[in-house]
Amino acid sequence: MHLHHGDFTTPRDHGPAPKVKPGEVVTVDVREDDPVDLPPPGDSGNTTEIHLNMPLLAENSRLADHNRAHFKSHGLKVINLVSGPGAGKTTLLAKTLEELAEELSCGVLVGDLETDGDAQRLRHKSVPVVQLTTGNACHLDAHMIAHGFGAVHDHVKDLLFIENVGNLVCPAEFDLGESVRVALFACTDGEDKPLKYPPIYRSCHIVLITKCDIADACGFNREAAYENLKATCPHAKVIELSSRTGEGFDEWISFIRSLI
Amino acid sequence: MHELGIMESAFKLALGELDRHEAKSVSCMVLRIGELAAVDPVALRFAFDAIRPGTALEQAELVIETVQGKAICNKCNEEFTTKSYGILKCPKCGEYTGRLTAGREIDLARLELAE
Repeated sequence: MHLHHGDFTTPRDHGPAPKVKPGEVVTVDVREDDPVDLPPPGDSGNTTEIHLNMPLLAENSRLADHNRAHFKSHGLKVINLVSGPGAGKTTLLAKTLEELAEELSCGVLVGDLETDGDAQRLRHKSVPVVQLTTGNACHLDAHMIAHGFGAVHDHVKDLLFIENVGNLVCPAEFDLGESVRVALFACTDGEDKPLKYPPIYRSCHIVLITKCDIADACGFNREAAYENLKATCPHAKVIELSSRTGEGFDEWISFIRSLI
Repeated sequence: MHELGIMESAFKLALGELDRHEAKSVSCMVLRIGELAAVDPVALRFAFDAIRPGTALEQAELVIETVQGKAICNKCNEEFTTKSYGILKCPKCGEYTGRLTAGREIDLARLELAE
């Protein structure tokens, strides 16, 4: 069991998560709960000061730890893909599934504010795909992942891919309980993105420089890009690839295999 | 973007403490926010004002204490202040391998409860 936003809100009735079989695509609503019914105000009188020092994002961290332990008990590796919108997460994932889904048991949770377009693009006969629609939320959180995983639980044995909401800011702050965080950095983004949005790069284990087939055409300065990545994520592994031409894909696929 | 959620967590904890101490209302709530915590104090105040009507924090004062970003170099152990969370360049040896020691706090620090 997990809490839905605490005692002073009424949980939105998520209901039990639907069961999604390989080849199916289902949308799960994970919008935040509606806040209602706060306790009445009191009168002021004598005051007492109490020291708490309690972290306020603790709820997500607790749920993320819970997810991580749960994934581990299933022997499952979880890859969280993060990037700004349009860096190529969905295309990368579709091609990755083509390469791996017949050999490994995979599942996908994909987050967007609205639509199930991405989930439809990721449809694969051997893979259950869940579109998580967040409503207003600009990121996925550990609670949403717990709900989404409930839907694919029975059919995912090896690898769970999470495609986060396209956003270079907030997903950095929300641990989902993943094994590996992968940041996509498209040549078309411009080589200064790591300097402009450092936290997301800092928090990742591996960086994929995507769309490298058109790097020259868009004037991508490779040297500057590596210099900027060195400043923000000195420990991250970097792979250049193109989901369209397949360049660099061997290295990416071997990296995933090395996790299993 | 998640200031409202943070403030909701603060209210939840504060109201829990209120019950536990059998107090009537909260007269002051002190949050400790790191400069590198990606939390905007203005949005936090806006969230506070949006949530407090009709609650035991309606008359409460909100105090936000900020904490400066600090890091330590993993190579030469130099301690330094930082305005960036992502880029931790050591001012002494120039390496980027620093690790943050302060500045990411998002805490409910103290409460002042009225009997």
